[in-house]
Amino acid sequence: MRITEISVGAFLLAGIIALLVLALNVSGLNLSNAEGTYTVYARFENIGGLTARSKVTMSGVQIGRVSNIELDEKMLMARVEMQIFNSVDYLTTDSSAMILTAGLLGEKYIGVSVGAEDDVLKDGDYIRDTQSALVLEDLVGKFLLNKASE
Amino acid sequence: MNQLAQLGRGALGKLAAFGRSGIILGHVLVAKPQPRTMLPLLLQQIYFVGVLSLIIIVVSGLFIGMVLGLQGYTILVDYGSEQAVGQMVALSLVRELAPVVTALLFAGRAGSALTAEIGLMKATEQLSSLEMIGVDPLRRIIAPRFWAGFYCLPVLAAIFSVVGVYGGALVGVDWLGIYEGSFWANMQHSVDFFDDVLNGLFKAVVFGFVVTWIAVFQGYDCIPTSEGISQATTRTVVLSSLAVLALDFVLTALMFGDF
Repeated sequence: MRITEISVGAFLLAGIIALLVLALNVSGLNLSNAEGTYTVYARFENIGGLTARSKVTMSGVQIGRVSNIELDEKMLMARVEMQIFNSVDYLTTDSSAMILTAGLLGEKYIGVSVGAEDDVLKDGDYIRDTQSALVLEDLVGKFLLNKASE
Repeated sequence: MNQLAQLGRGALGKLAAFGRSGIILGHVLVAKPQPRTMLPLLLQQIYFVGVLSLIIIVVSGLFIGMVLGLQGYTILVDYGSEQAVGQMVALSLVRELAPVVTALLFAGRAGSALTAEIGLMKATEQLSSLEMIGVDPLRRIIAPRFWAGFYCLPVLAAIFSVVGVYGGALVGVDWLGIYEGSFWANMQHSVDFFDDVLNGLFKAVVFGFVVTWIAVFQGYDCIPTSEGISQATTRTVVLSSLAVLALDFVLTALMFGDF
C-alpha cells in the first residue's frame, strides 16, 4: 500500500513537472511578462504577412509586440498598433520602423531603430518613418522594369 | 422479412447497449463522493492504469519524438530550414500525437485490462456477491476505475509530449547538429501555451473519458463466459481506438479549423 501511494504521488508529480516543462520550455510561456506597455502606431504601405502577436524588436531584442492591424481608411495604408514595454522609454520621435523577415521564409517582425531627436514617443504617438515589407513580386517587377529601360 | 427483423433487432440491441452504458456513466458521475473509502481504491487504480502504463508511454514517446526529428530533418534540410525541426516536432506532438497515441496505447494497455478484470468479476459472480452483501458494485468497482483512467490520461499525455520533445532534441541537436538555440527558440516562438498545450491536454481529457467509459462498460456488460470476456476485450480496443480517432478529427476541426 505504501509503495502504491508513493508511486502514485511520484506519477502525479511527474505529470505536473511535465506540464511545467511544456509551459516554460516548449511553449516559452513567460510568467514575468506582466510588465506594463504603452501603445505606439505606425502606418505601412504594405505589411506583407505581418500578424498580430508578431515581435517588435530593436537591434534584434524584443521590445514589444504587435497587438492589432487595421486598414486606415483615409490614408489607405495599414495601421499597425504596437505595445511597447514601459521600460523602453527612449524611442525618439524620429524613430523608424521596418518590417523584416526572420530568415528567407521565416515569420515577419518589426524592427525599430532610434533617431537623433531629444523628444521621445508617448502613448498613442505615431512612428512617421516606416519602411514596408519586402514583397517578392514587387522586387521582380522593379527588376524587370530596370532591365526593360536599359 | 427475417433479415429485416434481424437488422432491426441488431439496431435495437446496439441502442439498448448505448442506453445501458449511459446509465452506468450516470451512476458513476452522480454517485455521492465518499472520500474515506474511495480514495484508497482510487489510488490503487491510478497505480494500475497510470503508473504501470508509464514505461510504455515513455518509451513510445521517446521513439516517436526521435522519428519525428529524423524525418523532419531529412525533409527540411533540403530547404535549408532545419531549425524548424523544433517547432515541427513540438507542434505535432503537443497538438496531435501525444493525446492520440497515448489514448491508443492506453486503450491497449489499460482499457483491455479493465474490461477483462471487470468481466471476470462478473463471470465469477463477484459483482452479484457484492450486491448481495449490500455494496453497490458501480460505486465500489466501476467508479474508481473510471476516475483513475480519466485522471491518468492527461498526465500520461503531458509526459509523452515532454519525452517526445526531448527525443526530437536528442536526434536533431545532439546527433544531426542543428544549432541548439534556434531549435528551442523556434519551438518556443511557435508553440502557444493556451492554444496548443492546453488544447492538446483537453483532447487527452476527452479521450480518457471515452476510453475508460468504453472499457468499464464493456466489462460490466459482457456475456459472463470466457468467450464473452474475450469478445468484450477485443471490442474495447477496437471501439475505443475508433472513437479516439474519430473524436480527434472532430476536436481538431473545432480547435484549429477555421469554422
